[in-house]
Amino acid sequence: MRVNLTVNGEARQADDVWPGESLLYVLRERLGLPGAKNACEQGECGSCTVYLDGTPVCACLVAAGQAEHRDVRTVEGLPGPDGLDPVQQAFLSAGAVQCGFCTPGLVVAVHDLLARNPTPSDPDIREALAGNLCRCTGYENIVAAVKLAAGA
Amino acid sequence: MTSTQRQPTQSQPAQGQPTQSRVQDAAQRSVGTASPRIEAWDKVTGRAPYAVDHPVPGAAYAWVVQSTVARGVVVDVDTSRALAEDGVLGVLWHGNAQRLESVGDPELMVLQSARIAYRGQVVAVVVATSPEAARAGADLVRVREDGMTSDTVLRIDHPALYQPVQVNAGYPARSAIGDVDAGLAAAAVRVDATYRTPAEHHCAMEPHATTAFWERGCLVVFDGTQASTAVSETLAGLFELPPQSVRVINEHVGGGFGSKGGPKPNVVLAAMAARLVGRPVKLALTRQQLFAVAGYRTPTIQRVRLGAATNGRLLAIGHDAVSQTSQLSEFVEQSAVLSRHMYAAPNRLTTHRVVALDVPTPVWMRAPGECPGSFALESAIDELASAGNWDPVRLRIDNEPAVHPEEQIPFSSRHLVQCLQEGAERFGWTDASGRVVRDPRPAVRRDGEWLVGTGVAASTYPSLTWPSTALARATADQRFDVEVNAADIGTGARTVLRQIAADALDVPIAYVEITVGDSAIGPATVAGGSMGTASWGWAVTKACRLLRERIERDHGGRVPTGGVAVRADTTLEIRDRPEFSRHAYGAQFCQARVSTMTGEVRVDRLLGVFAAGRIVNPTTARSQFIGGMTMGLSGALLERSVLDSRTGDFVTGDLAAYHVAVSADVPRIEVAWLDEQDPHLNPMGVKGIGEIGIVGTAAAVANAVHHATGIRVRDLPIGLAQMIGKLH
Repeated sequence: MRVNLTVNGEARQADDVWPGESLLYVLRERLGLPGAKNACEQGECGSCTVYLDGTPVCACLVAAGQAEHRDVRTVEGLPGPDGLDPVQQAFLSAGAVQCGFCTPGLVVAVHDLLARNPTPSDPDIREALAGNLCRCTGYENIVAAVKLAAGA
Repeated sequence: MTSTQRQPTQSQPAQGQPTQSRVQDAAQRSVGTASPRIEAWDKVTGRAPYAVDHPVPGAAYAWVVQSTVARGVVVDVDTSRALAEDGVLGVLWHGNAQRLESVGDPELMVLQSARIAYRGQVVAVVVATSPEAARAGADLVRVREDGMTSDTVLRIDHPALYQPVQVNAGYPARSAIGDVDAGLAAAAVRVDATYRTPAEHHCAMEPHATTAFWERGCLVVFDGTQASTAVSETLAGLFELPPQSVRVINEHVGGGFGSKGGPKPNVVLAAMAARLVGRPVKLALTRQQLFAVAGYRTPTIQRVRLGAATNGRLLAIGHDAVSQTSQLSEFVEQSAVLSRHMYAAPNRLTTHRVVALDVPTPVWMRAPGECPGSFALESAIDELASAGNWDPVRLRIDNEPAVHPEEQIPFSSRHLVQCLQEGAERFGWTDASGRVVRDPRPAVRRDGEWLVGTGVAASTYPSLTWPSTALARATADQRFDVEVNAADIGTGARTVLRQIAADALDVPIAYVEITVGDSAIGPATVAGGSMGTASWGWAVTKACRLLRERIERDHGGRVPTGGVAVRADTTLEIRDRPEFSRHAYGAQFCQARVSTMTGEVRVDRLLGVFAAGRIVNPTTARSQFIGGMTMGLSGALLERSVLDSRTGDFVTGDLAAYHVAVSADVPRIEVAWLDEQDPHLNPMGVKGIGEIGIVGTAAAVANAVHHATGIRVRDLPIGLAQMIGKLH
């Protein structure tokens, strides 16, 4: 089947999509956007978090067909014309990046958190990001990055 | 105090100032500063390519089929229905797979025989035009297995337990000094306790994955590995290729923690599959498949016996460790080795025994040996302190050895006492004068429904170094290219090696380009054993210094138009180092609380103070310490791989069932380090920091839980089951 969707502001089409394919697979393998990562394939780790019509979702749990005529925004689409999104910049400044595999999903999740709650408390942050696993950082610098972005 | 200043130089580098001039060598300007992570921009924008992110035209996809019995043989594989599936290009199994040349690791002899040695072993691979077609094809492969009775449970009384010749890292399996039984008999206070640690899985965020293709007889591989030199050498051996015909690229690796410390079945299978279908193949194992295929930390059962005189001096230390291996190869976790040097005692005995079960082969996992071993030893020290009514910090300090207590060789540097003292003061265990202000009584501090307590444990990890090569090149426009086949698995290796190079070249960091993660650069050691910075950094330093010398000597200080290049190899320097006991040390303090209503265990606070030589980059170092401590906390409270004894299957085989700490589980973690100068290590004076953070954490948590509740947990992880019904 063919899937028509908007990705990072551009109208895109994916052809020969198997009905069982995930949005994650379409993004990574058919549309050349490997930013969202596949680390568990069943919605446990958050590494594939993208926006679907403005709501963060695990792209591995969205069937490709569900994205028809919808708006998807991935980590690749976060930077604006002036450069990195403040969340991305905060991840750099706070040293919140290690192996980087969880980073794209976390950046999207933090972007969403700050859109909903511009001044989150420490427990707010830790609870909001509890669905995004990171095995390297111990979360300390990620929490620092959220606070930095919130103050930006 | 020797060369160590009392005051840690940097505890909050992310918010504080860059480190002050701790580096005395005037030429060293970059080392010691919080140089930003080089590849972080690529990672926050999603542009950093991992093993299966590289765009490869015409790629096919592979999907593995795994055994469903723990022991037996593959009788037959029917591929006809799979091959009829739309998009399926081929199916590999032992009946049609190409023969591989043995390189000594039976785990890598994939699809070479009908034998099944563990449940989840790869018995077939389907290659198709999409991963979904490959997966559908894998479902249609009919594997007829003849299963036999299997033996999958580690027991302390297992009749097949034996003492190996060596344990991991080449240590002898047994060490004995004096007479432990006599020492225990003479002791005024004794502990004799048995501790259990579970199987654990690394759960690096990037599952093991490979892209492989053959090009004019050469094999090119993108592999998520900690060791692309070892992977390339192994592939050359397995496929009988000249070494220069194999190239393994690991530019970005999504974590490893030991699970990617050597070649795994995925890289071999991807290469076989690519040869079968004559096009590039991507093979990404799923999270669930990893639990059998990619290794795990062995469960351990450890008996620790301690005996002390009335003054708290240890008279005897006994540590007997039991672990498991597979039927394929012998892997012996070196759990009791740390007890050979942590504390002084005249009578000592450490032993290791292992049993081969019908299970996957265990592998290294962050601080192999020291991590499970420290849970046992550091819990037992706490039990001794309770039994003798001694302060646990003081007890450790009182048993500080002057030299390595078993080998009688000097420590290159050792500041465990200072770590304990510094940590105790920062944590509020002692006051500014060093007087203990912690109330030692267990189960007396209440905060509403919660019982609150504090605990301490010591940490250690060897400071290893392994030969490596590096290349340094100067161009006429005053730029420098430095190449070393390091693997940056998230540690910051790329960033710190550039800092080291800049200082060795005596130029600002902006003049230096660094390239890592490609076996074509030349041989270099694994990102493991906390030895990356020491090993690669030594080769980089040597290459850069030689380059400077050559520019001065041969070119009068001016780089000629064609540039100058130097390659360095550190084999001889490392071989000729004098004998020292080289280890990093640390102390970890924990405050934990346990709900009297639910039995829930929470950690409020963790503090680690470490003495690990020179710290090259305070930002990346702090992350490494915190990350290690967090994994230790996760192991203390959450992580346990449960093997079903009937099937030999890890039933906790995904991230829904195998719990790792999430942000909401982790408290604020504080880290500090001492300014340790050690001239006996390497030109940079670094000890390695990737693993020590996880060592001792679980004991610090368990000791805090005991202080909170009076309940001694000797079986990880600490959970509701050990609390409920025992709280008052």
